[in-house]
Amino acid sequence: MNTLNTGQENGNWLGHARETARGIRGRTLEFTIRNNGGYLSQACSSAEIFAALYTKVMKLGPSEAPMIPPPFPGVPGPGNRGYFTGAAYNGPKAPHLDRFYLSCVQYALVLYAALVELGRMAPEGLDMFNKDGGTVEMIGAEHSPGHEITSGSLGQGLSQAAGIALGRRLKGETGRQWVFMSDGEFQSGQTWETVQVLSHYKLDNVGVYVDVNGQQCDGRMTDVMNIEPLQMRLEAFGARVYRVDGHDIEALAAPAVLEPDGRPLFVLAYTDTSRGMEILTERKPKLHYIRFSDEAEREQYRTFLKQNFPGK
Amino acid sequence: MEILTKLHARNLVEWAKDKPGVVVLSADLTGSTEVDLFRDTYPDRFYSMGMAEQNMMSFAGGLAREGFFPFVHTFAVFIYRRALDQVSMSVAYPNLRVRMFGFLPGITTPGGATHQATDDIGVMRMLPNMTILETGDATEVESVLDAAHAVDGPVYVRMLRGEIPRLFDRSEPMRLGCARELSSGSDVTLLTSGICTEEAMRVTRVLGAKGVSICHMHISTLKPFNDPAVLDAAARSRYGVITLENHSTIGGLGSAAAEMMAGAGLGKKLVRLGLKDTYAHGASRPYLMREYGLDATALVGEMEALLGVRFGITEDDLSAVRLEAVHSEAKAEAL
Repeated sequence: MNTLNTGQENGNWLGHARETARGIRGRTLEFTIRNNGGYLSQACSSAEIFAALYTKVMKLGPSEAPMIPPPFPGVPGPGNRGYFTGAAYNGPKAPHLDRFYLSCVQYALVLYAALVELGRMAPEGLDMFNKDGGTVEMIGAEHSPGHEITSGSLGQGLSQAAGIALGRRLKGETGRQWVFMSDGEFQSGQTWETVQVLSHYKLDNVGVYVDVNGQQCDGRMTDVMNIEPLQMRLEAFGARVYRVDGHDIEALAAPAVLEPDGRPLFVLAYTDTSRGMEILTERKPKLHYIRFSDEAEREQYRTFLKQNFPGK
Repeated sequence: MEILTKLHARNLVEWAKDKPGVVVLSADLTGSTEVDLFRDTYPDRFYSMGMAEQNMMSFAGGLAREGFFPFVHTFAVFIYRRALDQVSMSVAYPNLRVRMFGFLPGITTPGGATHQATDDIGVMRMLPNMTILETGDATEVESVLDAAHAVDGPVYVRMLRGEIPRLFDRSEPMRLGCARELSSGSDVTLLTSGICTEEAMRVTRVLGAKGVSICHMHISTLKPFNDPAVLDAAARSRYGVITLENHSTIGGLGSAAAEMMAGAGLGKKLVRLGLKDTYAHGASRPYLMREYGLDATALVGEMEALLGVRFGITEDDLSAVRLEAVHSEAKAEAL
């Protein structure tokens, strides 16, 4: 069980983080083979980011949610008092504790795999992925494990986290808001509206990790709609930006320990969509959703799984 | 008739005095939505969000999740046209207590199609969890704050600004889900909302004198639309029901009435007055009300058609009533 991570006291966090990243890849690959499809390249690019966030960056308490995710409680509304969010998988809400917001919920499978690796959700939870009547949805919503908001319409996650950040600051709470975003979201106007507001109101209790994998649904981002130079664009909006190797866990974690200086923090994690699964390389750049063309290809991936992720 | 100005500006400051959780968000229309006095009085509770409504709506959802009551102020069109996805997913889906004050409803602005919220009720009525209120006079502009505050979920308010008449007695605040019966009768049931109610009051006075028995109800809660008194009145009408609204005839009060009547199996004729599936354009309010058939004259014409009688009423007759009503009839008719 992953308990409060304040950093220094856990000397072996780096080893734990690397194991977590490896576990995320293995679980996602195993699931994709079984399901004959999945958001696999997202796991390749973001495994270290999730591992760094959950083992080092975020101050979270232990999960308060059931290990086996409960069934869908119905949509929120005045007639549904039994509604819950999946935030309890990230621990209790407390003034000094951080919160996590997955903005690009197409990464939900990766988050679920991370929760399993970290002992916050039972492995059976992953088996419930995309099953009718469940909460472990393919594109996560606020009732899904590890989710607190509904952000499947891309660009809305950061705005909601910014509103929460202001609310918590007004209440004198010290916990920070950590947001995981995809680089594609920086094509959306709402994202820039939010960066503008974060800077204007000096909401430095917001930290954003961006998986800059350069890929989106239609293909390479440089072909679909270029967003570079992202660092300069964000800095011009008043953000504090660090550009790091997105597979270097220490580099990923380093900006989070800096004293906040009034600027919103952005960590641009440049990543590789086939990292740790070289077998994916030949499919580039069409990696948004992996579906096997025939049984032979699926068998190839099964062999790769056995060789590279024994025990999965 | 008493006419008040800058009513919301003063009223919100007083009302929010002992409500520290109420914060105002504005998208560069602070003076235009009468929250400048709030900004100056409670600078710590006022947030200028710039001309960026998509972020503002999602941001408001975030604030509401932390227990605050975001009072979003902008023109109505910019809430539901510009940021509908954000309103739907960041506010309505999670049933958050965001209060959206949409100014310039319908043809109350000469700003043209870009500024005229002529289909907002239809759009917002489609959103689950959304409550929709519309103000029709000074008393409602004052009391809509309490009505909205009682709702544990998002509320969209069609708000009036500038010079506003007081049609309803101050002692009769807006009540959530309750129509106001302004006159009783059994020939025709007349349902009106917003600025159209004043027009309709002139008509009911004149036709009342001609012996027509009209049940006139002013509607301020457009969703939920379930006041049993409205259905009873519709069922009692001998000739049928007329709705008059500052909105498209599709999706608003007329549609809500149609759904209610059909659902109850009432075999009554329904005449819907409003913008007939059209955009409007930039012109004065009286000009547009006449052009699109939202005024007293248009209502008289529909009454005549429904009853099969010609009353020979002139525009002078109608405007004379309005002047007369300024001091006496409005109060007498208010419940």
